[in-house]
Amino acid sequence: MSLVNFTTREITCKIVYYGPGRSGKTTNLQYIYERVPGDRRGRMVSLATQTDRTLFFDFLPLELGSISGFTTRFQLYTVPGQVYYNATRKLVLQGADGVVFVADSQARQLDENIESLQNLQENLLEQGVDARGVPLVIQYNKQDLPSDLILSTSELNEALNFWGAPNFSAAALEGTGVFETLKAASELVLRKLSEETPT
Amino acid sequence: MSDELNPRFSFETFVVGAGNRLAVTAARTVAQSPGAAYNPLYLYSPTGLGKTHLLTAVGQLAKEHSPDLHVEYLTLDEFVEAYHAAVAAGQSEAFRNRFDRVDVLLVDDVQFLTHRREMQAELLRVTGQLQSAGKQIVLTSDCPPSEIEDLDERLLSRFDGGLVADIGAPDYETRLAILKRRAEDRDAEFDEEVLGAVASFDLPNVRELLGLLNRLVAYQAVSESPLTPAGAKELLAGDAERAKAAAERPPPAPPAAPAPVARPEDEFADFLSDVAHTVEEQVEAWRSRLGEAILLWEAEGYRTVRLEEMLQQDIPVPAERVVQQFERDVERLRSSQAAIAKMDPGRADDPLFFDPDRVEEANELVQQALVDTGPPPGPSAAWSLDTYVVGEANKVALNAARAVADRPGQRYNPLVLVGPTGVGKTHLMHAIGHRLGAAADAVVACLTAQQLLDELVEAIEGERVDIWRARYRRVTAFLLDDVHILARKERSQEELFHLFNELHDAGHQLVFTAVTSPREIEGLDDRLKSRLEGGLVTTMAGPDRELRRNIVARKMDELFRGVDDELIDYIAARPADSIRAVLGLIQRVAIAAEAQEVAPSAALARELIEGAAPERARTGVRTSGVLLSPSGNVRSREKLVWSWPDPVERVIEALV
Repeated sequence: MSLVNFTTREITCKIVYYGPGRSGKTTNLQYIYERVPGDRRGRMVSLATQTDRTLFFDFLPLELGSISGFTTRFQLYTVPGQVYYNATRKLVLQGADGVVFVADSQARQLDENIESLQNLQENLLEQGVDARGVPLVIQYNKQDLPSDLILSTSELNEALNFWGAPNFSAAALEGTGVFETLKAASELVLRKLSEETPT
Repeated sequence: MSDELNPRFSFETFVVGAGNRLAVTAARTVAQSPGAAYNPLYLYSPTGLGKTHLLTAVGQLAKEHSPDLHVEYLTLDEFVEAYHAAVAAGQSEAFRNRFDRVDVLLVDDVQFLTHRREMQAELLRVTGQLQSAGKQIVLTSDCPPSEIEDLDERLLSRFDGGLVADIGAPDYETRLAILKRRAEDRDAEFDEEVLGAVASFDLPNVRELLGLLNRLVAYQAVSESPLTPAGAKELLAGDAERAKAAAERPPPAPPAAPAPVARPEDEFADFLSDVAHTVEEQVEAWRSRLGEAILLWEAEGYRTVRLEEMLQQDIPVPAERVVQQFERDVERLRSSQAAIAKMDPGRADDPLFFDPDRVEEANELVQQALVDTGPPPGPSAAWSLDTYVVGEANKVALNAARAVADRPGQRYNPLVLVGPTGVGKTHLMHAIGHRLGAAADAVVACLTAQQLLDELVEAIEGERVDIWRARYRRVTAFLLDDVHILARKERSQEELFHLFNELHDAGHQLVFTAVTSPREIEGLDDRLKSRLEGGLVTTMAGPDRELRRNIVARKMDELFRGVDDELIDYIAARPADSIRAVLGLIQRVAIAAEAQEVAPSAALARELIEGAAPERARTGVRTSGVLLSPSGNVRSREKLVWSWPDPVERVIEALV
């Protein structure tokens, strides 16, 4: 992870949106994409299958311009959620500076959430990274669905958030919680970065 | 700056409501355990809601809990004024130091920091200093830190790092409670409904609410019938309207109700500023850390070039480590400085002690000073008064020595032992020193004038005369052998003169030895002569027969455990002008006895001394004194060889 280059004065953050299939990762990116002024966003690359599911990954580069003299870039990625695309997920996860785990709040999706989280942990471990050390934010998406279909954030926290990561309730389609999640992830990543800078 | 707090502004008189509960709780907490909970505590509210009251209450309660706490209350304007006055008087350092002893610092109205960069830096420094010392800081303002225009980022993050709490406008119930309490305080009785009617005016500000109450009190005082709620409303309506209109500022938002946050219109811009803030705070954290340290240490008078150079770099440096190293260096400088201050106060202000890049030099200076001011040469333990053999020739001197040893500085000061070489002056001087050194806290300097001279020359070369001087100034007894050596050594005499005066005035014992009485030493300054003569000058003669006999008896007993009187008498009868010569004879007999494997006897001695062939006598003369120096110490041997009066005479004497 070379996040900050003090010689060229560049900051590059790679944030990966992780989560089970259809939990709303791409929706998060799309919402962000729409709110970024044209000159600040790169082309959003979305490789989707015919059935509109992410096959490979989404990639959204954000040029944040010069901050404190650093040319700052954020690269947002999503992984394909479907179980059988694990090779792609591993690839995308490589070199991630932070992870946003987008969980599906629907009660019937709980097992998929858990499975995906475990998969995240395994994939990180395979890369020699301890999941507890990675800046991680959890987003409980689809909280706008009827309450009898979904679990509350506290229930979800109970079931999924065993690391005590910052968590946000969201409805990505309409944008609720999307930027809050991104902000929190960015902050964690940047704070981690300053810890890694020799002090 | 004042530590007199208005006693009316306490927690007891502060009415707590929903709008100010958080602020009051936080304030109480910091008052009860200053420095431990929220530090700094930053309270803000529009005017008239009790900032100053709460701030003062913190001070009161803190003092109540621990009366020894030093609590300082000041407004920002007072802070600025004091600073400007100090700068104008060239006393900015004093201004900085005045906060050193503060335990709880209360600063009112910090919103006036706007556009005052210099004061911001000063406040940053003061708060940094207090915070790192675990001291409590409470600040108030009429707006949150982020709204103070042009506020230094570092101050902002420092304020944000503690607790920022707002004091909200009182709700109806709180307003009513305030009115009731105040009415009671003023012994004014109002119908509950009248106060209710006043409370129903939604005034943004407690002060104005109390203004209304004042009007009611005044009105009631001149009115014959009690006020009715309607009457009160009518009376106050105009005032209330005006007050409300005047207070253009909207009342502050109610304290953090965890309602869903409305999304800002430009979410991306919002995100961007958030990231920018974090980057500034985190990525460039090393710069602010260095900057802070520079400010702090510069203010303390230390040279911060090392840190400044690092601040200029583009690549981040491990700031925390660098600063810690710097602080360790400062710490070492401080201890060096403290050490030198004890030994050589004049050098404690040397710029060397304020330059962390010269720690080693400072240390060397201290080490050198330590060597220089280490304990001065002391008396030899080999010589004691108890083993000193007394005879007619040295009776007076020995008595004087005992008197001096028993009551140093009181009987004979100085004591000057005069006599030719070899009569036991050095022995006696060391014996006195040895005894004096046994007292608690005694520091006895016992050395030859030659040593003193050499040390002084060395100190002059190394520019350490002050330190050298200090080393002797702190002795409790000063014993100098062969003071005549200092004849015509003007600088040494000068030093000795001052040292003499200082020690003598302090009642410390001085002892000198010389070959002739001081007034006969040529080339010795008159003022020294008169001082040496001012005590007791006692002359030690060459050993008389009685003394010689005593010495021989003691020495023979030591060597052979019982020797016949004939031998003792025989040796004691031999003429000798010094004790050393007597001891030389004994040694010769001892060696001969050992060589011939016979017991030492008068006959052996006679044969050895009188019947000896000339060639043997020569050998004997050459060896005598050298082997017999009672201490066996080299200096004494040298002295013997060099100061032997006339070897030829002695050869003749041995041949007689």
